[in-house]
Amino acid sequence: MNAIETRDLVRDFGTFRAVDNVDLAVGEGEIYGFLGPNGAGKSTTMRMLCTLLLPTQGSMAVAGLDVVERPEQVRLRIGVALQEAALDPKQTGRELLTLQGRLFGLGRQETADRVRELEALTGLGDAMDRRIETYSGGMKRRLDLAAGLVHGPDVLFLDEPTTGLDPESRSRVWEEVRGLRETGVTVFLTTQYLEEADELADRIGIISHGRLVAEGTPAELKRSLGADVVVVRVDCSEARAQEGTAALENLDVVDAAECHGNEIALSVHDGASAVSPVAVALADLDVRVAEMTLRTPTLDDVFLHLTGSHLAADETGIPEGVTK
Amino acid sequence: MTEAAVANVSSRGRPRFWRDTSFVAQRALRDAWRDPEGVIPALVIGSFFFLVNVGQFGAIAEGVNIKAFQLPVAVLFAITGLSRAQSLVLDIRDGYFDRLLVTPIHRGALLIGLMTADMVIAVVLGCLILVIALVAGSGFAAGIVGLLVFIAYAALWAIAYNGFPYAIALRTGNPAAVNSSFLLFFPFLFLTTVYVPKEALTGWMKTVVTWNPVTYLLEGMRSLVVVGWDADALLWGLLAILGVAILSQSLAFAALRGRVSRG
Repeated sequence: MNAIETRDLVRDFGTFRAVDNVDLAVGEGEIYGFLGPNGAGKSTTMRMLCTLLLPTQGSMAVAGLDVVERPEQVRLRIGVALQEAALDPKQTGRELLTLQGRLFGLGRQETADRVRELEALTGLGDAMDRRIETYSGGMKRRLDLAAGLVHGPDVLFLDEPTTGLDPESRSRVWEEVRGLRETGVTVFLTTQYLEEADELADRIGIISHGRLVAEGTPAELKRSLGADVVVVRVDCSEARAQEGTAALENLDVVDAAECHGNEIALSVHDGASAVSPVAVALADLDVRVAEMTLRTPTLDDVFLHLTGSHLAADETGIPEGVTK
Repeated sequence: MTEAAVANVSSRGRPRFWRDTSFVAQRALRDAWRDPEGVIPALVIGSFFFLVNVGQFGAIAEGVNIKAFQLPVAVLFAITGLSRAQSLVLDIRDGYFDRLLVTPIHRGALLIGLMTADMVIAVVLGCLILVIALVAGSGFAAGIVGLLVFIAYAALWAIAYNGFPYAIALRTGNPAAVNSSFLLFFPFLFLTTVYVPKEALTGWMKTVVTWNPVTYLLEGMRSLVVVGWDADALLWGLLAILGVAILSQSLAFAALRGRVSRG
């Protein structure tokens, strides 16, 4: 049985289609990364799966339960950490977790025990008895994650869990999410950070303009672009860059070529042997090269290939295997 | 999740509703205790109006126990509109309301829990103002039981009126709009027999006062302080509360349904 399953899922807001025929199948115990830029439809999909929003059409099931027909039963089996740490600043961390546990039907002692376990997991220590308004962004996120786990859910939804966090806080949240893998909890994680999806997810779904445009393990997605990627930034008009792209596509060493503005992305099977022929071909066409980069494919390359645009540069993390 | 917990939250009906209501109310009261700046001004306003009105009208109101006459006014000034609606708006804006919605909490408890907290706060404030007035020498004609009925009317009025700010909070999620609900306070409380008895009013003012339900609430509460037990006045007061409650709570629960609907 899949932990999460959707079929032809659609959500319209007036005439705007936010989610467009999305099919998902997330296995039990899997960490699934749902990757896309702001406004791609990630959060809308998650809000539907979390029982907060009805779909316009299509079906969805979480933990084997129909989300539309049996939302109350679904809520018992899911944990949610929504975008922008949804916490009450006036409560202490312990009070918030206790209230959360009690609302899920845990007894007083069971809740207290569970809160102690989560205190250790989040490493919040003495801060648990301080008001949440005094917490840093990272502490709030960790508490938010704990609030989603207090009742021991089968499926955990994390909506952009590290957005706005500093690198240190981000890696602490990552550690906690990785730790969940051992507990068997299925994690559905939306993110706009390529590095986050790459680090955490067993499988990734890429969503753009409401449509699921690709799905696979990070390695599979990157392999789909070939062994290496050569990215050439050219110093000429877009028309000349297009001419250069067409010429490069004919080279034996190039598997595929795409032009995006003044950037030409080449999928190649042997990067080292492709650099010289590429440079020579562009020189022959009198196309001036501003920068040439050889590296293994990143998820950003996959994203560029599928959607024609990059995710923002500061969201991609450091590309792996960069050589200039 | 433990099977016991699943069974516990899966059971439908009153036990879960009351339990969830108590959780929401406890949280609201804790917030109010920690941030008394939301409550203290109401106490100051009630006490201020009592002292100022007694001071100003005491000299010209011959043969009238002005302190007793003004006691219900002071209580209503203190408690009317004192709600957790602003906190509710913050919950909506911060996303905490959504966090509550993804728990199995009884939806009605989200509102009734807050109103329960309002009622408790209204009782505490009402008692404090009663003490101030009694110490100042107002007297209380209906005795101890009358005091309890007086406070009960105040608490019921708090719930009846607060449907309006909650309706606005849930409908708009906008703190400024919730603040504007305070405007209702003026016609409700000033276009009544707040300063003089109805017999002394004339013209349009008498008409408006006659149609204002708060007039009857005020008269009912005042009867306990000044006269003793006046069944007619108490009944009309209760009907006035009921009328306002039906209107305000219909609006509030319609707004809650809209807010928690998944459409």
